[in-house]
Amino acid sequence: MDRLTVSQLSAGLRSGEFSSEELTRQSLARIEAANPSLNAFITVMAEEALTAARAADRRLASGKAGPLTGIPLAHKDIFCTAGTLTSCGSRMLANFVSPYDATVVSKLADAGIVVVGKTNMDEFAMGSSNETSYFGPVRNPWDMERSPGGSSGGSAAAVAAGLVPAATGTDTGGSIRQPAAFTGITGFKPTYGRVSRYGMVAFASSLDQAGTLTATAEDAALLMEAMAGFDARDSTSADQAVPAYSSMLDETLAGKTIGVPQEYFDEGLDSDCERAIRDALDVFVDLGAKITELTLPHLALSVPTYYIVAPAECSSNLSRYDGIRFGYRHPDASDIGELYTRSRQEGFGAEVKRRIMTGTYVLSAGYYDAYYLQAQKVRRLISDELMRCFEDVDIVAGPTTPTPAFGLGEKIDDPVQMYLNDIYTIAVNLAGAPGISIPCGFSGALPVGLQLIGPHFGEATLLNFAHHYQQQTDWHTKTPALALNDGADK
Amino acid sequence: MGLSDKDVQHIAKLARLEVSDGQIADYVEKLTQILDMVDALKEVDTTEVLPLAHPLHMSQRLRADEPTEKNQRDLFQANAEDVKQGLYTVPRVIE
Amino acid sequence: MNWETVIGLEIHTQLATQSKIFSGERTTYGAEPNTQACLVDLGYPGVLPVLNSEAVAMAVKFGLAIGATIERRSVFARKNYFYPDLPKGYQISQYELPIVSRGSVVIQLDDGGQKRVGITRAHLEEDAGKSLHETFKDQTGIDLNRAGTPLLEIVSEPELSSAAEAATYMRKIHQLVRYLGISDGNMQEGSFRCDANISVRPSGDTELGTRAELKNLNSFRYVEKAIEFEIERQIDVLEDGGKVVQETRLYDSDKDETRPMRSKEEANDYRYFPDPDLLPLEIDEALLDSIKESMPELPSEIEERFAKDYGLNPVDIQILTASSEDAKFFEASAEGLDGNYELAANWNKGELRAALNREGVTISDSPVSPADLNNLLQRISDGTISGKTAKEVFEAMWAGEGDADQIIETRGLQQISDVVALDKVVQQVVADNPEQAGQYRGGKQKLLGFFVGQVMQATGGKANPAEVNKLLRARLDADEN
Repeated sequence: MDRLTVSQLSAGLRSGEFSSEELTRQSLARIEAANPSLNAFITVMAEEALTAARAADRRLASGKAGPLTGIPLAHKDIFCTAGTLTSCGSRMLANFVSPYDATVVSKLADAGIVVVGKTNMDEFAMGSSNETSYFGPVRNPWDMERSPGGSSGGSAAAVAAGLVPAATGTDTGGSIRQPAAFTGITGFKPTYGRVSRYGMVAFASSLDQAGTLTATAEDAALLMEAMAGFDARDSTSADQAVPAYSSMLDETLAGKTIGVPQEYFDEGLDSDCERAIRDALDVFVDLGAKITELTLPHLALSVPTYYIVAPAECSSNLSRYDGIRFGYRHPDASDIGELYTRSRQEGFGAEVKRRIMTGTYVLSAGYYDAYYLQAQKVRRLISDELMRCFEDVDIVAGPTTPTPAFGLGEKIDDPVQMYLNDIYTIAVNLAGAPGISIPCGFSGALPVGLQLIGPHFGEATLLNFAHHYQQQTDWHTKTPALALNDGADK
Repeated sequence: MGLSDKDVQHIAKLARLEVSDGQIADYVEKLTQILDMVDALKEVDTTEVLPLAHPLHMSQRLRADEPTEKNQRDLFQANAEDVKQGLYTVPRVIE
Repeated sequence: MNWETVIGLEIHTQLATQSKIFSGERTTYGAEPNTQACLVDLGYPGVLPVLNSEAVAMAVKFGLAIGATIERRSVFARKNYFYPDLPKGYQISQYELPIVSRGSVVIQLDDGGQKRVGITRAHLEEDAGKSLHETFKDQTGIDLNRAGTPLLEIVSEPELSSAAEAATYMRKIHQLVRYLGISDGNMQEGSFRCDANISVRPSGDTELGTRAELKNLNSFRYVEKAIEFEIERQIDVLEDGGKVVQETRLYDSDKDETRPMRSKEEANDYRYFPDPDLLPLEIDEALLDSIKESMPELPSEIEERFAKDYGLNPVDIQILTASSEDAKFFEASAEGLDGNYELAANWNKGELRAALNREGVTISDSPVSPADLNNLLQRISDGTISGKTAKEVFEAMWAGEGDADQIIETRGLQQISDVVALDKVVQQVVADNPEQAGQYRGGKQKLLGFFVGQVMQATGGKANPAEVNKLLRARLDADEN
């Protein structure tokens, strides 16, 4: 059985070809079969999912269903879900049952989505390989010895392996796009402020943005219509109407321009990846778009800038984990100082502590100006440079990652090597721009991702380009061998 | 720029993390690598550049001054390990 | 050696909003622990702050009242430190760019002079919760009801030169925030408290000495006593050849001394940075105009008006304008008493305050309303009753027996001002006391009082004393001829 997209499932549900309960049971069965090896889920919500599915079926029967009613979906375990463990991949929150729903969660619930579980992730979204999770690494369904990327690695692996048709993710420096590239699916990161951050456990507040992991751009458009929009609970939420993304997917690309930065094709780029990207650009030419060369001289500075700004914000955001009101508490601290240090020492993993330490240092007396303030200034240079491109081009395109999925254990002991892997995705977050990664070929047996970047609130344009590409190619339909193995077919 | 053991201990103290003697060397090495990487920024001339704290150019929205919350103490305190008489408790603090 | 003291105050005043500065939680004082602490106040994972418009309006009102610059763009920053009653591990405050900067107030000095005290800045921030150290034997209890309550921190220039001046300045700010209606100023409940930075230096020196910070002074008396103690302590240290240590100290009111605060021993590095969850606060012309329109009359404006409209002296003005409730009470009670405002002033600061103090009620809760008092003053003014009788009427009003007219009526307290009727009584009294009349006529003028007393006795105290005096003189003098 082929992997069906959200829009295909939606049509099937409406026509009565299958019920939401059947879909949900199939998804739960696939999770049960594949998760012991993939480790994509931290929590499976079988009972809740079936209850929601039956409610969705009633709604479908009553004719009041929306396009997402009854569709199974997994949330990254960074989104607070009322009454369910929300661990953020950390020992610190391994006992944390959220008393409330994130806005993303409640909006998708209102749209009739059936949540089947919470996906594994790098601890507090800090990582690019999913190896920093307290719950163990997620494996890449294309090659079980490789990383699915991070931090939304569980969501990416779950969608790639066909366990769920769609999943939510968050992207602070590439955490949706990079795992999407590594697992051969579509990862969409909207403009900063487009989707509410309320109820999303914060990593770096000025960079974090929620988005989607799906098979196609069309599915991303459907989900975005439900997820995006103004939220009075988030001061940084953009007060702008949400366009009907799915109705704009077919607009012609004739006369549109794609800017290709030469810095995206430097010596660090894997040659198979480069070939796949160049081929993808040719497809756009066939679709009537023009390609023009660009230069982003400050791009190389985006990694150092990010690794000051993000740790600084994280060091402060994670100060609330003190063992007092929620989260891990060292059982027998003799004084308040010990309660803090032991709870935090034992509750956080190595990479999170490294970032807290880095962030604390760059904000501390005597270093603030040289590091933090300077990083904020360079952030403006990087952002302005990228945003200026859109005066001349409609979108910017390039590879999502320098290489396909790397091996588990390959970079985990070398943080700087791990960080440099984010070189192509990070500038997008620093600028708050939208970006999408879509599958565009293979390097050996591993998928390659094409990244498209748009101006602020240019979601519709990006989805439009990606959709046209997916109408012309079939890379997004390729699935790994282990996919869809649900033991007994439904 | 390199960090000393003392620097690491000082940062750990500010961040309320416990760094054991056995872990110091690893922290010194990895934080130094990270700082060496970010030192690239020091070369950039930013004299005329304003810092960018938010990617979007927006100003703060204001909320009407109206109470909207109801008491949910029991629900919220269910996540706390140690609560007595409605109070969160910690080892005795001396002012 | 002569020493000179330099004091700067940081006053924290809770703003009287209905909800917290960054959440929709209530701010009512005295609720059960942690029943007014929502997810935002508790710093739960994933929650975000949204700024309360009223807190902003109140800060702007204060800025306008002290003639300060209202910054069109201000920024919220995080002040990072760990403390059990600080749920997020940082306090949202304003640091480099506060909402109000560079204002001043004028204070009245003991020697009759005035002094302008500069206010460096006033910024918005959130309050922390409360740590309860006495509830449990080995543990500290944390109540986060107060966490997130809006505070305006008002920072003075280091321009105060004595404990008394510091207390006067603090009273002035207290008066102002209450006039503006931006704080209840309740010091017992911690709504108005201050930290004092104190240093001493040899007289004439221009360089500041090392300062100590006194934390959490929550009464005018403690401010004065704590600063006095601290000044003496620092001078003693310096005169013994020692050095003042820069540190945070607590005032112990039981022992009347200050001591170093243990929890603040290690130097703090607050790692301030702009809060990425909040955007720059921009105050445009329209918002500023609407706040300006809602500004109440300021104490300085009222003082000026009281002198001009009522002809009151500066001492009375200080008493009658201590709070806007005081000033409003006076004005309502004095209505229509043209030319006799002094009577209203005397009753406001005399009988009324005596009764309030005796019964321990505030002027807002006075059982005698301003209209009631005005009614009474009108009756004195028009001669219906004497000032002495009025005191009896006032007590009856206080006891809830009705308004002045009713009481005068039921108790039959109207003065007899009918000249013909009174003259008959006067004639009788003079006739009944020939001996005293003779002595009076012989030059013993003070016997007039005796005759007044007799007339009053004969009329049950209701005779109009002014008329009685006039008639008696006429009768006694006439008969002599």
